[in-house]
Amino acid sequence: MTIAWYLALSAIVFVLGAVGVITRRNPLVILLCLELMLNGANLALIAFARMWGNGDGQILALVVMTVAACEVCIGLGMIVAIYRRRLPIDVDELRELQG
Amino acid sequence: MSAVLFFIAAAGVIAGAVGVVVLRDPFYCVLALVAHLLSLAVLFLLLRAEFVAAVQVLVYAGAVMVLYVFVVAYVGGEGDRSEIGQLGERLGGAGPVASGLRLGGAVLGGALLVELLIALLGTGLEAIGGKGAPYSPGPHAFGTPAYVGELLLTRFLVVFEVASFLLLIAAVGAVVLARRRRGLGGQDEREVLTPLDLLRPRDTGTMAEGVGKHS
Repeated sequence: MTIAWYLALSAIVFVLGAVGVITRRNPLVILLCLELMLNGANLALIAFARMWGNGDGQILALVVMTVAACEVCIGLGMIVAIYRRRLPIDVDELRELQG
Repeated sequence: MSAVLFFIAAAGVIAGAVGVVVLRDPFYCVLALVAHLLSLAVLFLLLRAEFVAAVQVLVYAGAVMVLYVFVVAYVGGEGDRSEIGQLGERLGGAGPVASGLRLGGAVLGGALLVELLIALLGTGLEAIGGKGAPYSPGPHAFGTPAYVGELLLTRFLVVFEVASFLLLIAAVGAVVLARRRRGLGGQDEREVLTPLDLLRPRDTGTMAEGVGKHS
């Protein structure tokens, strides 16, 4: 398979994640859709690394995975904190930053 | 052979992504994402990224998704009801707001997809049409753990250390965010008597005395 197929697939995955971030309202699902967007970027990075036979893209993909793990960690911590305060878990109703 | 494997894995990737976006129950969304990640690991293997594929399955589809499942199970009841109840009526219903939102999302997604495809495939780069750089298998070949590890510990050592610090900071931040807070309700303010209070004389300048609390 040529590299262009992988790039097209990464674009599709990225767009699906973006649509999910826009339309869903549960913060948990929004985090999942953010993961989708990061995975689309990862697939493009690894396809480019294969294209040039250079390992830099793979290292960058590993760093993106690390950052995604940190983001999940903080995001889930915030969701648990929201749940403890008995607030609704819905981004449309959580429009105030004040506690 | 690789073409057949590519299309099977690509179908899994797209089906998993659509499942994450469309499914109502957050628990099923997490399961769809696991299927998506496993299919993506197959694609990484096809692209000769063996170590990244292994990390994807072990860390991402294993550890991170377990974290998700725990939080969904912890928050789940209330989240499900609000998701299926009022949100389901608003987003899944036929109201003008719901259909407008879905239409807007679809239009924006389509525009973004067209733009991305033009940017990626319309560049005229000849290498995109190729199958990649020449590859020869071996213990230190492209994408093996030895290759990636050597890069991480020589050229990208600073990146590696910064990523480890980032993980540490995120772990501490998550503990701080999700811990049980004292003093919000007002009834948890009572003093806790520790064994040291019996041994220590008054006015020894402890931090508790500094903020006006006398034990």
